[in-house]
Parts: sequence; C-alpha cells; structure tokens
Amino acid sequence: MHSTVHPPPTTATGGNFLQNLLLFARLLRGLNIPVTPTQILDLVEALTQIDLRVRAQARDAARAVLVNRQEHLELFDEAFDLFWRARERQELARFNLGELLQQTPQGEIQYRLVQANREQKDDRQYLEQEPHVEKIYTYSSAEALRSRDFATMTEYELQQVKEFMQQLLWSPAERKTRRRVPAANGDLLDLRRSMRQNVRYGGEPLVLARRRRKTERRPIIALADISGSMDRYSRVLLQFLFSITHALDRVEAFVFSTRLTRITRHLRRRDIDKALERTAGAVDDWAGGTRIGEAVRTFNFDWARRVCGQGAIVLVISDGWDRGDPQMLEQEMDRLHRSCHRLIWLNPLLGSPSYEPLTRGIKAALPHTDDFLPVHNLISLEQLANVLAEAQS
Amino acid sequence: MLPSVESVAEALRTKAYIADHSLATSIFLALRLNRPLFLEGEAGVGKTEVAKILSQMLDTRLIRLQCYEGLDVSTAVYEWNYARQMLQIRLMEATGQVADSRAPADAPSDGETQQSAIQDLFSDTFLLRRPLLQAIDSRGQQNGKAPILLIDELDRADEEFEAFLLEVLSDFQITVPEIGTIRAAVPPVVVITSNRTREIHDALKRRCLYHWIDYPGFEKEYEILRAKVPDASERLSREVVGFVQELRRGELYKFPGVAETLDWMSALTALDQEELTENVVDETLGVLLKYRDDIEKVQGQTVREIVQVLRKSAAVAE
Repeated sequence: MHSTVHPPPTTATGGNFLQNLLLFARLLRGLNIPVTPTQILDLVEALTQIDLRVRAQARDAARAVLVNRQEHLELFDEAFDLFWRARERQELARFNLGELLQQTPQGEIQYRLVQANREQKDDRQYLEQEPHVEKIYTYSSAEALRSRDFATMTEYELQQVKEFMQQLLWSPAERKTRRRVPAANGDLLDLRRSMRQNVRYGGEPLVLARRRRKTERRPIIALADISGSMDRYSRVLLQFLFSITHALDRVEAFVFSTRLTRITRHLRRRDIDKALERTAGAVDDWAGGTRIGEAVRTFNFDWARRVCGQGAIVLVISDGWDRGDPQMLEQEMDRLHRSCHRLIWLNPLLGSPSYEPLTRGIKAALPHTDDFLPVHNLISLEQLANVLAEAQS
Repeated sequence: MLPSVESVAEALRTKAYIADHSLATSIFLALRLNRPLFLEGEAGVGKTEVAKILSQMLDTRLIRLQCYEGLDVSTAVYEWNYARQMLQIRLMEATGQVADSRAPADAPSDGETQQSAIQDLFSDTFLLRRPLLQAIDSRGQQNGKAPILLIDELDRADEEFEAFLLEVLSDFQITVPEIGTIRAAVPPVVVITSNRTREIHDALKRRCLYHWIDYPGFEKEYEILRAKVPDASERLSREVVGFVQELRRGELYKFPGVAETLDWMSALTALDQEELTENVVDETLGVLLKYRDDIEKVQGQTVREIVQVLRKSAAVAE
C-alpha cells in the first residue's frame, strides 16, 4: 500500500480530476444521494469558475450543484470531508461506506437501506424459486374471513387478508383545486378560448367556452401505533398502509411507539414483503411503550407543514393506551385537527361490542377527531374506504 | 463584473445583506453558470430578500411572480386584452375594414382583408405580458441587462405549474401560438424560493443550484440587525438577538425568523426602549411569535428567565 500522500487535484487539467469526480459521485450514490451524469458535467463547469485551492469554496460549489434536499446536506458534508482526506483511489476503495453512514443519525436509516439493498441482491434468486400461494378460497370462507378479527387470525388467514386487502378499492374524496380546466358545461367563462373560437364569426360571441375548477383526490396521511398493545394488529396495519400507498398517489405513512418514524419511502417498494421488511428495519422501537402525544407532537412540528397541505385526510391508528401526558395529547390532537381537512381515529378495540372509550388517551383525543371508527377486520376497512370517499367538505 | 465569490459576498454586504460563504458561492455560480438559484428555508430567513438585493447589485429590473394554487398561463405568462380586441373589432366594422357579421351573407367581403384584420387582432398591441414573458422578452431588460426573475413561494403553486416552469427554465423560450416563439436573448437570472410546505419535484430542483438558508447564529443575526437597524442601541441589539436565539433553542411550534427579529427591533425602538424589560417583552411578544400556544408558553416565567440570563451575561461582559 502507498504510504505517500499526494495533494488533492488542484486544477481542472489534472489527469485524475474527472475520474475523482466520478468516484465522488459514486460515493454519494452509495449514500443514497442521487447524482445524475448531467450534474457531474455541471459540477465540472462550476469548478472551473471558482478557486479550487480554497477547500470550502469547492465544497460549497459541489454542494450547490449536487445536493437538492435539505436532509442530504449533512451526509454530503461528511462524504466530502472523507473524500478530500482519501487522496488516493486505493485509499477510497478501502473506506467502509457503512461506517460513514452510521456516523449521523439519519445515516442509520441510510445504512439499513444499503444493507437491505445488498441482501435483496443476494436472495433474488431464491425468491424466484418460491412457489406461489394457491388462491382457492370459496365464497363462504371469504365471507367468514371478512368479519374475523385480525388478532385471532391464523398465519394462513393473514396471508389471504394480504391478497384481499390489495383488491379493496380506495378513492378518497376529492377537493376542488383552484386550477381551471376546460369543460363543456363548466360554471366559469373561458375568455381566451371564447375569443379564439369566435374570431371565425367576426368577433360576434356566438359560442361561449367554459371552464370549471379541477378536482383532485385528497392526500392521505396515516400515523400508526406499533406499540406493544397494538402488536397483534401491527402486521395487518402495515399491509393496509402498503396497499393504500400503492393504490393512491399521495399517501404519507408514519409509525410510532416511543418515537415517530416516517416509512413512506420504504412502503413504496413494489414487493410487499420487501417493503414490510424494510419498514421493520427502519423502525427501532417495535412493540415499545406508547407516547401518542409526543408522536403527534413530533408530527405537528416536523412534518405537518410539509405534508398536510392540499386538504389532507389524517388517519390516526391506535388503541389509545397511552403512557404519555394526556394534556399534551389533547393539545397536539387539537393542533393536528386544525391543520388537516379531516381527522379520523381508527381503533381496533372498537370492534368489540363491550368496548368503551374510557382510556385517558382516547378521552383526551376524542373531542378533536371527526370520526372514530373500528379497524379490526376487513369489513371495517371497507367501511373506512366509504368514509374516505365521502369526506367531502 | 463580479469576478469572485469574495466580491459577491462584499457586494451583498454593502447592500446590508449578510450572507454566509456558501450562499455567496451559490449566488456567484448561479450568475456565472446562468443557473436558477433555488432557495429553501423556513419563513422569514431572507430568501426573497436575496432576489431584491441581486437586482440592486446588478442594477437591473426585478420581475416577481408570486405563486399560488391554480396559477396558470394567463396569469403567469400572457393574456390577450379581450376588451381592446372587442373594441377593435367594432371599430373595424364601423370603418368597413371587416364585414359586419350581422350583415346578410351575400354582402361583399374581401377574404384577404378579413384575414389580415384577424392577424392584427392577435398582435403585440393586444398582448398582455405577465411576469414570465416579461422576463424572457427583451422588453424586460433595463440598461440592456437581463432582469432578475423571482419565482416566490413555488411550494404554493401546484404540480401543473411546476411542470410548465421546468419547460421554461430549460430553454428560456415561450411559445404564443398566434405570434410564435419568443426566446430570451439574454436569459434572466432566476431565483426560486420555497417554504417547503410541499416537496418540490426533484426534476426541477436538479436544474437549479440548491441552497438551504438556515436560521442565523448569534454573530450573524447581530450583524444583520446592526446593518438593518443601525440607529438602535448596541446593548438593545445584543439583548434582542440573545432573546430570539434563546427562543429558537426552546420548543416552539413556529420559531421567529430574522424578519420577526427585525420587526421586533423596530417595535422596541418605536417604544423608546433602551434595554429589554420583562413587561415590554410580554407586551410585544406578538411581534415575534404568531401562535397563541407559543405565546402562552413563553409569556411570564420563561420571558423572565431569559431576560435575567441576558442581563447577567451583559454584566459579565462589562
């Protein structure tokens, strides 16, 4: 191994310059920061404009061109420092990407992603050999399945539920946007089109073109409780989150027990088993204690402003067993209620006829929810689909 | 005209805009590479200000497009002046340039004149230029220099507009069907801002130089305050910045931005304050914090504590 250390490339004419850039781009991609070839060309151009001997300037330039998300900034800076230190190609090759990734908290997740990527490649072969489950349920068994509580299902039935769930039709209510689109009998006049159409009649307004306001499906945001008391439902609920993520285009999913984790990205994987596996990997407080108030608070502070726009419908899925501060829960539910179009609380316990919402958590939260619905079997999910479809203003 | 990153930083400073090094680099590169500058950050950290300062620095026009949901071609790019067009038609009918449409069908009409009359109707005279067209058209220039195009709060616009914008930004040309394609001789300097109430699509961001503007640290915010409100007392400035910085360390639903700090400073100066006192802070909190929950949380006890700490550290400094 070389012991001498060469200075970093300082001019654009240096032979290894482009190669180094490409290596750097590869490092970034390894960290899940997407870098396109065009961006690299842009960077080459940018670097010819600035004083490359000033390291901070080079970094700022690279950052401005290559990064386009705030959450990548920290990781980028680490990668840049690392790269600058690794002056020789060999040295860089020896760097353990995993170690770098674990240095930042956000890196933890990224690390798992990289790991999972590798594992996925490993067992792809195995997957192809896996036999498909035969779909042979009769009508009556399907009927029975629909009303069976998720918590009492056998492994085989849970598999069937998975199939069923993907057949459910989700069409959440629409919202009138402020964009106007041409419509034959719209309620608004489209002057531009009217004018153009009437020129052929010498400007006499014989035909009036009309527009109406475009409608758009409301986004759905789900916050699911995965604490110990929800354990029996967690798996099915994740499947549920997976199927709405894929059935609709604007879904944001979060899970919480002691802290809140965003799982939207993991659920977007095509394969349901892979998606759930990744989600499981990203969450480190499975079946922990419950602090609903704090989770909702984190959501309100860090995410609500970014995802609650455009009249979102928020689903909170929890049994309401809360070990946190009920006062905080009430305050945060109130805040959440005010920042979304409709707040729906889904409770698996509501399926039992003897259940009454008496826990402190539920009592604190109920006044601030629009709907309080069961979510313990397939019928209740079908009901939910109806409620979502009717959640008009 | 601005040969280096340092010169950009210096020019910003003379316009009383205190920027850190990475923002100066981004601005420098945006000017050099002719790339849109995409500024993201919380409300009130001075994103819009960058565009305003740039137009002063470069001595050129600032064209601003405020985004909102449903923003469409007729408000962002161009619109025909229908009222004038209709008047023109009546006028042409009256002077016999075109046949009256109500006249009997066999009335003599010259097809060619009719055609050219229609062309006149969709000519430059009747075109209303909206911000994007102004920015690309040579008329937007001032002193022969390309204007600054500020696309403010893009996160408020919808995805349809974003897609349209992507098209405009990639080749700086706009097609008006009746007139033809208008191409920018000198492309405008584009500044896009977003408060991140929604994620902007990566495709658009990739065309831009991205910069995240954070809340400033003590020194930087103090500098900003001194630059913007130079006649306020040094002591009050220190206390104000100290107080705001302390608030940002706490747990608030919405942190005060730099804009709020400046507003608060003006409020305190208007009230002839020389230093922070608990009562005045309590009474003027509404300038800093815009949520009732936040105000209730800070008012009273917390204010008292922060002010006392500030006083103590001031005493130590002296």
